[in-house]
Amino acid sequence: MRVMAQLAMVMNLDKCIGCHTCSVTCKQAWTNRGGVEYAWFNNVETRPGQGYPRQYQDQEKWKGGWELNKRGKLTLRTGSRLKRLLNIFANPDMPTVADYYEPWTYDYQNLLSAPPSDTTPTAKPKSSITGEDTKVTWGANWDDDLGGGPAQIGKDPLLGKLSEQVKLEFEQTFMFYLPRICEHCLNPSCAASCPSGAIYKRAEDGIVLVDQDKCRGWRQCVTGCPYKKIYFNHKTGKAEKCTFCYPRVEVGIPTVCSETCVGRLRYIGVLLYDADKVAEAASVKDDKDLYPAQLDVFLNPHDPRVVAEAERAGISGEWIEAAQNSPVYRLIVDYQLALPLHPEYRTMPMVWYVPPLSPVVDVLSETGHDGESVGNLFGAIDALRIPVEYLAELFTAGDVGPVRASLQRLAAMRAHMRKVNLGEELDDSIAESVRLAPGEIESMYRLLAIAKYEDRYVIPGGAGSEAHKLEALTTGCSLDGDGGPGMTAFDVMAEKFQLTDTNGAAPTDKTKRINLLDWDGVRTDGLFPGNGSSGNGATGNGAAGTAHEPEAIA
Amino acid sequence: MSTLLWLALPYIALTSFLVGHLWRYRHDQFGWTTRSSQMHESRLLRLGSPLFHFGLLAVIGGHVLGLLVPKSWTEFVGITEGMYHLVSVTAGTLAGTATVAGVAILLYRRFTVSAVRKATTRGDKVMYAFLAAAIVTGMFNTVGENLIGGGYDYRSSVSVWFRGLFTFSAQPELMTGTPLSFQVHNVTVLVLLGIWPYTRLVHVFSAPLGYLVRPYVVYRSRDPQRPDANRYARAWGDQHE
Ligand code: HEM
Ligand code: SF4
Ligand code: SF4
Repeated sequence: MRVMAQLAMVMNLDKCIGCHTCSVTCKQAWTNRGGVEYAWFNNVETRPGQGYPRQYQDQEKWKGGWELNKRGKLTLRTGSRLKRLLNIFANPDMPTVADYYEPWTYDYQNLLSAPPSDTTPTAKPKSSITGEDTKVTWGANWDDDLGGGPAQIGKDPLLGKLSEQVKLEFEQTFMFYLPRICEHCLNPSCAASCPSGAIYKRAEDGIVLVDQDKCRGWRQCVTGCPYKKIYFNHKTGKAEKCTFCYPRVEVGIPTVCSETCVGRLRYIGVLLYDADKVAEAASVKDDKDLYPAQLDVFLNPHDPRVVAEAERAGISGEWIEAAQNSPVYRLIVDYQLALPLHPEYRTMPMVWYVPPLSPVVDVLSETGHDGESVGNLFGAIDALRIPVEYLAELFTAGDVGPVRASLQRLAAMRAHMRKVNLGEELDDSIAESVRLAPGEIESMYRLLAIAKYEDRYVIPGGAGSEAHKLEALTTGCSLDGDGGPGMTAFDVMAEKFQLTDTNGAAPTDKTKRINLLDWDGVRTDGLFPGNGSSGNGATGNGAAGTAHEPEAIA
Repeated sequence: MSTLLWLALPYIALTSFLVGHLWRYRHDQFGWTTRSSQMHESRLLRLGSPLFHFGLLAVIGGHVLGLLVPKSWTEFVGITEGMYHLVSVTAGTLAGTATVAGVAILLYRRFTVSAVRKATTRGDKVMYAFLAAAIVTGMFNTVGENLIGGGYDYRSSVSVWFRGLFTFSAQPELMTGTPLSFQVHNVTVLVLLGIWPYTRLVHVFSAPLGYLVRPYVVYRSRDPQRPDANRYARAWGDQHE
């Protein structure tokens, strides 16, 4: 047994209202720069729908993730290492910007500078890449709320896997939102396909990062990741990806997408797993066994043997305690409510999802049935094959069993809690029918429905307890900040947690490195010895330089 | 003049090549990239780039044989001038044609696809000017002089001069009598080598051959106090292919 710790996330899809707040705040924090205009480390897609980039789930086409070769060994779906190298000069399985969408802005200047005329001046759309006039024909969430109609929605690769009849019925049936970030996989195929070895998994917390200094722009990882969560910065020529907001989680506060989520549906916590079992679990023969196999890799943090092994592996007491209190562990292992996204890609993803019961409830209420009666709900889960089968394509490689079980637990929770809230006589058989004790159902309810900040985010590492103060700050009076008047909560945050090189978070040997977050490809301060004192805090707002042409060296 | 071109220029260019790479490697890791433009355009790149690169790698291989291996060695193992000429001209013509076709497609793409044109820096343009000139003059030497023309035995002049540079016993006068096209080719290549480290061409030196042997998944520790002895120390990969 080799114990390793991983920061994992669970999202409760029932609560997602598709507001895109997470995407926007993430973009402001991380990809508000030239070269990654088209990139959304966090995106929210309507399912059914094509997703972003379009049809990324069609691995016959994009060749992401792993597959088993004839001898039953894991190989990259794009081919062997040698084949990757032979294809390095032009990557045959690479999406272009058009597959995401051509980013655009508007010619706002024209609104101000147009001469007087009879017609109102317009702000024409301009491509952010070429600066030329453009037609806006697609975006990162173009088919939001089933926009574009059956012609667009029918291109969802998952629908293709369901039967014809299902496809016909489908449009009247259901719709939900799927927020996606990088999965910070246990068996990351992005890292495996990087020829330079620039993508690595952090040993302490499992966060998968791209070393911006080591990346040489071979752009193989874009293909390697089946979730298409590696974005190639076309200005800097380097790959970029979701960082799990490591400067934040390192000090115990949640990622920006979680912090700002309107539905408060994201959970972050520690999972302990056995690193020695990962490759074996990722290599099980039947795709449908991948979900149980991955569950099997997770270790019980309450088991004294696991704790002893974890200590031996150098995992600190604080991390072990966090693992024991992990909301993520409860949702994934204890209640088995949360399921992995596309386990069949064999990357062992670590952002899991509680499937949405609301489509089922909606149908019941629309047809005049009681959407909180356990009998009705159970019946509907079985009768409404389409949502269940669709969810199974998303979360369990098509196996409806675990999806049904998860939905039944959610249904039982609904029915049980109604009785509690109305003061009716409790019916223990409801809990028993989903193999839970009534007390367990109630604590599950507290975790899912009440979900206080400190229950949703159990993040070790320094400032766990301070995190709560920070949330209070962001909603409280800005004068409360320790800098006094004018010191906004954001300033406090920025000073403490931004990736600037003057703070203590910079590696000691790299204090003079330029801040890559906002490097515009032009400035060279900090590249040379002697003048490296700039390029930090003062310019670290992530928005600089979007309009520059890359024209320095090379 | 001949001292300037065939003694000073090569040493300036080669020094710039060497020192420039060292400097850039130490101070500009972040700028060291292919700066791939495949995000913008894929179809033409998939045609042009492999043609160009495979062709060019063969051409470079040919140069190593032709310039660095002395004539006496090949003769010693029984390869006559005639045989050598035949092989070098056929292989050279094939590889050269692929390279020229490739670079033509790449240049066409670079200047007609507007997103790619926008991503082209001044450095790229200067680099492409010398690269294209080097390829075209080199092709002329192979096809014009050696295939159609009578054939010129550069291994008795150009190659000897070139090797002399490395033993600090260069004889610039060896170059004065060579055909003009060879002289132009040499000058463009020398300038190209001189500007090489300051262009995107640095990517050549990070050709990722290590990928063939390293474990698939790389682990690294966050803690700078505990640097891993081996770059891939914590990686596992035994179960992977
Ligand atoms: C074996 C080593 C090499 C490898 C692995 C390699 C790989 C690459 C890659 C991945 C690109 C980016 C293509 C794209 O997506 O836009 C590229 C571009 C380029 N390479 Fe290489 N290369 C190698 C050797 C060379 C050599 C020897 C030269 C020339 C002296 C060269 C000249 C170029 C040029 C000019 C481009 C830009 C093409 C364009 O987009 O217009 N490469 N190379
Ligand atoms: S989801 Fe993230 S960790 Fe997994 S393969 Fe893609 S980029 Fe890598
Ligand atoms: S902020 Fe929360 S509720 Fe809004 S789209 Fe993102 S995940 Fe859904």
